Amino acid sequence: MEFSFELLWEILPQLLRATVVTLEATFCGFFIALVVGLVMVTFMRARARGVRIAARLVMEFLRATPLLVQVYFLFFVLPEFGISLSPFLTGVIALGCHYGAYAAEAYRAGLEAVPKGQWEAAVSLNYGRLATYRHIVLPQALPPIVPSLGNIAIAMLKDTPILAAVTVTELMFVANEIGSERFQYTEPVTAAALIYLVLSLAAAPLINLIDRRLRPQETRA
Amino acid sequence: MHIVWEYRQLLVEGVRITLLITALSAVLAIFMAFASGLARDARSPLLRVPAIIYIELFRGTSLLAQMFWLFFVLPSFGVNMPALACGVLAIGLCNGAYGSEIVRGALRAVPRGQREAAIALNYSRAQTFRIILLPQAARIMAPLFGSLVIEILKGSSLVSLITLADLTFQAKNIILVHLNTTTVLSVVLVIYFLIALFISGGARRIERALSRGVDGAGR
Repeated sequence: MEFSFELLWEILPQLLRATVVTLEATFCGFFIALVVGLVMVTFMRARARGVRIAARLVMEFLRATPLLVQVYFLFFVLPEFGISLSPFLTGVIALGCHYGAYAAEAYRAGLEAVPKGQWEAAVSLNYGRLATYRHIVLPQALPPIVPSLGNIAIAMLKDTPILAAVTVTELMFVANEIGSERFQYTEPVTAAALIYLVLSLAAAPLINLIDRRLRPQETRA
Repeated sequence: MHIVWEYRQLLVEGVRITLLITALSAVLAIFMAFASGLARDARSPLLRVPAIIYIELFRGTSLLAQMFWLFFVLPSFGVNMPALACGVLAIGLCNGAYGSEIVRGALRAVPRGQREAAIALNYSRAQTFRIILLPQAARIMAPLFGSLVIEILKGSSLVSLITLADLTFQAKNIILVHLNTTTVLSVVLVIYFLIALFISGGARRIERALSRGVDGAGR
């Protein structure tokens, strides 16, 4: 079997349109993950022990179970409660919750890395809880976790094909559809795999750039 | 709940396939992690370059894309593999590429003095690796490989999309017949969670066994 560049050329516009959906899903999912992670880490650091344990359990559960089953869960269970969302929205929410648990872990690592003396100094300067976070803790906690958040974004990009299982017309779904229509899987599936490769290779330097921009001057190498 | 009881045989069969795929893929992934992790830092470019290509290729593309490629595209090149082999190969190779970083990181975390001491004692390179580096690095690797096997467990759910009857596949079939989706999918999620807990517990036991006699590691 030969690789047909003619066919590749013919289907490329379709694949690129699907790539846009893939990127949209990644960006929306990532945004949701950042927010979900923030909520989760807040509960994980709550004063009440019960809340902390519950938040920890939810996080471990989301991280240890397959995204595919979580997507099915939202897709089939939400309508039973009268909530019907589009496949795209369902998929993006599942993606956001799954990776929100990873983001929560990243935030937690960042917050715990801030030296205790910084909190004590804030108390002695009579900073409130909010002001302590805004002016003292977050500026020190966030920059070091940019690489981990970047890795989460890349991992999400590579997990978007799972949304194809609930008919989101992203890259893998379209590649598969072209394949089954023409009985010719070689070109669409290979091209889709290469598009993922190009996107994730391009993402790495981008994250490095953001990382370097956010690093405070004195810690720059 | 009675639906779950009614279909318990299907679910048990699904768990069996899920565990089989997870175990086979984990063996392949850990083997590839060591092979590519060691080759990545080798002196000879003949080892280093293929390792870099393997790692970048499998980390850069999506697991599902790899699985579909093996399942749909390879037959058109005359290579016909059963679905099980496609699933295990894709999951094992993909996670092996991620695992290479675990091997490299753990070996690098062994203090430099250990290597120098081995040279001073006239150990060969192979001896240094086997007797000095590996036992110390293995302790660092154990929990990380535990997380990798949980990723493999999660990835194994994708084989349901290439016609293999794993736990996810069975769950999907049951909810197509019965409309009680909430119960079935909740039970399946809990089963995955329990398997994951079992894996991380096992990794912790291995870590503890490897830490015996190490200062400050006795818990």
